[in-house]
This record gives sequence, structure tokens and C-alpha cells, in this order.
Amino acid sequence: MLSPIILVPAVLNGLLTGAVYGLVALGLTLIYGVLHIINFAHGALLTAAMFAAFFAHRLLGLDPYLAALGLTPLFFALGYGLQRFVIGPAAHGEDRNILLVTLALAVVIENALLYGFGADTRTLNLAYAFDVVDVGVAFLALPRVIAFGVVLAVALVLWLILALTDTGKAIRAVAKEKLGAELSGIDVAHIYAVTFGLGTACLAIAACLLIPTYYVNPHIGNGFVLVAFTIVVLGGMGSVTGALIGGLFVGVVESLCGLYLGESLGQIGIFIMFILVLLLRPSGLFGERA
Amino acid sequence: MSYRSAQLTRRRLLQTTATGAAVAAAGLVDAPALLRAQGAAVKLGVLHPVSGALSYSGQQGRLGATLAIEDVNAAGGIKALGGAKFEAVLGDAQSTPEGGNAEVEKMNSAGVAAIVGGYASSICLTASQTAARYDLPYLVDVGVADNIVTRGLKNTFRFGPGFGVIAKTALDNLVTINEAAGKPAKTVLIVHEDSLFGSGLAKLLNTQLPDRGFEVLDTIPHPTPTRDFNNVVLKIKAQNPDLVIPANYYNEYVLLARTMQQQRVRQKGVYSVLGGAASSYKFVKEFPEAAQYIMDCNHWFDPRNPKALALRKRVEEKGQFYTYEVFMNYSCVLLLADALERAASAERAKVIAALESSTFSGHLMPYGPTKFVNGQNQGAAPVNTQVLGNDIQVIFPQTFATAKPVFPMPPA
Repeated sequence: MLSPIILVPAVLNGLLTGAVYGLVALGLTLIYGVLHIINFAHGALLTAAMFAAFFAHRLLGLDPYLAALGLTPLFFALGYGLQRFVIGPAAHGEDRNILLVTLALAVVIENALLYGFGADTRTLNLAYAFDVVDVGVAFLALPRVIAFGVVLAVALVLWLILALTDTGKAIRAVAKEKLGAELSGIDVAHIYAVTFGLGTACLAIAACLLIPTYYVNPHIGNGFVLVAFTIVVLGGMGSVTGALIGGLFVGVVESLCGLYLGESLGQIGIFIMFILVLLLRPSGLFGERA
Repeated sequence: MSYRSAQLTRRRLLQTTATGAAVAAAGLVDAPALLRAQGAAVKLGVLHPVSGALSYSGQQGRLGATLAIEDVNAAGGIKALGGAKFEAVLGDAQSTPEGGNAEVEKMNSAGVAAIVGGYASSICLTASQTAARYDLPYLVDVGVADNIVTRGLKNTFRFGPGFGVIAKTALDNLVTINEAAGKPAKTVLIVHEDSLFGSGLAKLLNTQLPDRGFEVLDTIPHPTPTRDFNNVVLKIKAQNPDLVIPANYYNEYVLLARTMQQQRVRQKGVYSVLGGAASSYKFVKEFPEAAQYIMDCNHWFDPRNPKALALRKRVEEKGQFYTYEVFMNYSCVLLLADALERAASAERAKVIAALESSTFSGHLMPYGPTKFVNGQNQGAAPVNTQVLGNDIQVIFPQTFATAKPVFPMPPA
């Protein structure tokens, strides 16, 4: 069973899946790193984005990769609006409240989707969904290879935004020292909302990358967000590099566990790892010591 | 949404039949007499998983049942009940046993005379148990797990075959096909879904395949839904069995076949036992290359029966596929109409008695004489099919086979 014929493709598949996990985790860790809140609505927003990508294709005939161009700014605006006009005002400056508000948002979004579209599991059948890239040692599914490339590009762009732009500098300033940033004239409420928007935009991209090979139903986001939490803990809360590398690592672990323990138990490895990291290195691989 | 329509239907029914609370509440004993006096509708519970992971099969099942109800009504209803029409009380099991249970409770309080459906074994198992508490006749449309009819429940009937019979027929035919081809297949790998249906079948195959000279290399379970079969296909690739036997529901079956095609894994044959998609016109039409040469032992209509062919035409004219859920449910509703006719009553005990003594022959299936023993129809039998070209051909039994099996699979 350890023959390279299956081991190499399994690891490669894991890396490709892991990249998308990483992107979901990236959004989560960004929001945590700056706002210092756990966004419980992350999974529900991913579900909403997947429905949006699904119906963009079903109703408008838009290819998911094209839809990403429209959905990304749309979800950025949605995230910005949610933080600026719902989560921020409702929280009254208390972290505990923010937690509950995001949880409430998750419940509302999920049930609205359930009410609107029913519990059906829907899939898209795209012409290229089963095309493969022959890399010699394995046949890799084309949509996953595309997803891998896009995730790396998005991570790079995000890093450039954070490193080079004024907004990026402001985001980092708010993350490090909120009061100091405020005193030097940074509009913290605006920066919070921008960060939330960026995190939500990551989800829109992830949704468009997932939809060609995955299914969508009103609860689909939960599965991803549990994995994303593990990645964020593994990579270190608030670390962008950590999210990406953690995502790739978790993807490989899931793929190998699925291979050796069976599909029904595929995710068990992820959660064992979650517990081990919490026990042995609570700050994560790339996190700063608390 | 179907959930809502079920409620509306019930509400409407209650409004039309109930002159007071008495009928709605007492329901069971008094209502049928009242209905009979008025020649009013006989309510029939139509239960399927029309949403969730099994929604396609569930919707197909509902289609078959409602078409049969239309036909019975158009032909003058139940004559022994003064031409009473069937009135469907639609239920959505939401692809879970709990969902099925909740619908049975609702149908019972709506005062249905019987319930048809369930589709998945796990749903049929719990739904029929719940119906048994109200002595409510439950006619299983598909659910193949054998313990559905071995629990001694008086109310539960299954018109189609159980997986014990199906597995035996499948293996007998497999041995015949293999021997005719010069025994190219010696090793087998089973891929099955991990609920009652797939696991039960896999267990049965694991005990019976070695007796017939096949070595089972591996048995791989997966949940429903599964959206990635890469690992499963990698395992097939590594172990290189002569035959792959999948036992799962429609979506996963299609995905498995397409992933095998994608990863260029091509065994000597894919021989499914109750493969969710292997004998589905939808699969053959949408993915003809992935479906090519797949053999299946499954429910199938009698290709010699003009009624079955007429229904196929009607279903296809509606733009739907003529899958086994359609003709199985259609047959079940007709069976029930016949029982009501002979019982001359919608009273539950009388309907059960009429089903027990049924010798109904007006169905669409290639079955022997209908005879229920402990709720199981002894005449029920599966058929072997193979996807050849753009069609599904019957390869066994030979009495009505339309093609000869192509085995082993020719190289791509």
C-alpha cells in the first residue's frame, strides 16, 4: 500500500485540495489577526458564495472562474458592509458580543439559504471538470490545478497589499496596536471593515474554485470552516504564511488518512492533529508567542 | 418546499373531508366508512427523499407514484369504493431516516390508508417501523435491505426483491458470464456506501464471492455524499482487481465511474450489484463513455410488457428519464389499488389482509406470480443489464435478453 504509484498522486491531490483550504483559512486568520475575533459566520458566508457561484452559472451561464471576477468585489462589499453596519455597531466594543453577533449571522444566513433553496445537494456539470493534467507520476484534475495556481496568486496579492499599500500598512498598524493607530489618525472602524471585506472576498474566490469539483448545500460551509479553524490553529492565529502552509499540510494529512483509513474516516487525522497542536504548541507553527 | 406542499395538501384534505374535529381526530376507524359513504378520496401517503443527498432518486420515485395515481383516477378510481379517487399526501424524507419518520407521523394523522415509498433501505426500515405502530400498511418501493421484511412487522410489504435474492442472482449470472468468457476474472474489489444498503450488501458479497471462486482484494466504504473518489480509484489502481463491484447511490456511482475514466483506470469489468447509476438512462445519456460496458444486476421493467414500454414513452415525453424508481413506484401504487379494490374498504386491517393475499399481475416488472410471504413478494427478481452503445440492454435472464454480454471489457 505504500507504493509510490498511489502515494505520490495522493500527496499531490492533498496539496491541491489543501491550497483551497488554505484560502478559506486565510480569510479567517486575517479577520482574527486584525479584529481579534473568531468569525463564526465564515462558513455560512462561504456557503453563500458557493450558492452565488452556482447560480451565476445556472442562471447567467457564467463560468465559475469568470464569476469570480464579479463575486470577489461583491463579497468584499458585503463583508465591508456587514462589519461596518451590522457587526461593529451591534458589538458595542465588546469582543464577547462580536462572537455572538457573528454566530447569529451564521444562523441567519444558513437558514435563509435553507429556506430559499431547500436541503438539496446541487452540483455543476462543467465540460472541463474531469479534464486532467498529466504530470508523469499522476493525472491531476484540471480544476484543482487551476485552483492551486489561483490560491498562490491570491496569497501573493494579499501579501503585497499588506506589505506595500497604505491601507495594508494601516491594517498592520491596527493589528499591532489599535490605540496607537487610532491616535495617529487611522480610521479604525474603516480598517476593520476593509479587513472583514478582504476575508470575505477570499471566500468568494475559494467558492468559485471549489464549485467545479464540489457540491453545494446550505450546510456545506461548516465542513470547510472546521478544517479552516484547524489550519489557523496549526499555522498560528493571524499568520498569513501559516494559513497557507497549514492548509497544504492539512490537505495532505486528509488525503493520506482517506487513503489508509477509508473515506468515512478521512478527516479524523485533521482533528487528531488539531488536538495535538493545542496540547504541544498552542501558538501554532508560525504564530507569535502569546 | 415539498414539505410545505404536503402540509397544504393535508390541510386542504382536512377541510374537505372533516365536517368536524371528530373525523380528523378519530380518523382511523370512522373515516374510511365515512369516505366510502361519500365515495370520497382515499388518501395515499407517497414518501420519498425528494431533497438532500438522494433527491434525484426521490423525485423519480415520486414521479412514478404520481403517474400511477393519475392513471388509477383516470380509469375511474377504486370501483369497490364507489369510484373513490386516490389523493396523494406527498412527503419528503429529506434523505434521512428521521425525516422519513416525521413524515409517517404526519401522514398517519392525515388519515392515509397506506404509505408507498421510502426508497433508501435506512429510510424504509425506520418509516415502516413507525407505520407499524399505527397498523398502517407500508409498501416499500425499493429499499432492498433484507431486515426490512424479516422483523415480523405485519404492516410492511415489499414488492421488489431484497438484496439476498439480488446478490444470489447477480453472482450466479457473474459466474456464468465469467465462465463463458474463459474465466478471465479471479479477483474482485468492492466499493460501497457506508449506510445500511451498501454495508449490508458488501458483507453479503464478502461471504458469498469466495464460495464462487473469487478473491475479494479489498472492500472500500465511503459516505453518501462523497465528492472525491481519487483515493478510492488510486486504491483500485494499486491493487488492480479484475472486477470492480460498486454498491452505492446515483451521484457517487457516477462520480466513481467518471473518476476511473479520468484516472485511466480500466479493469476487465465493472459489475455492479444494485449500482445506483449503472442501469440509469440518465447516466448513459450524460456520460456515455464512463458508462460504457458497465454491467449491473438491478430492478428493471419487463421489456416484453407493452404497458411498461408505454410508460417509458410517456415519461420520456415529459423530458424525464425512465429509471427504476419510476416503474417500481408505479407498480407499487397499482398493487395497492388492486388491494383496495379487493378489500372494498380503506380500513387499514382490511388493506393489510388484501395485500397478504395479493396475486396482482397488472404490474410492469418481469416477476413471477405475486405471493407475499412475511411481507416479501416471492415472485420478485432482478435483471442483469449492460450499457452497450447508447442504450441499456438486458443480458440476463435469457428468456428476454436483448443482447449478449460483452466481457471482458475491450481495451479503450
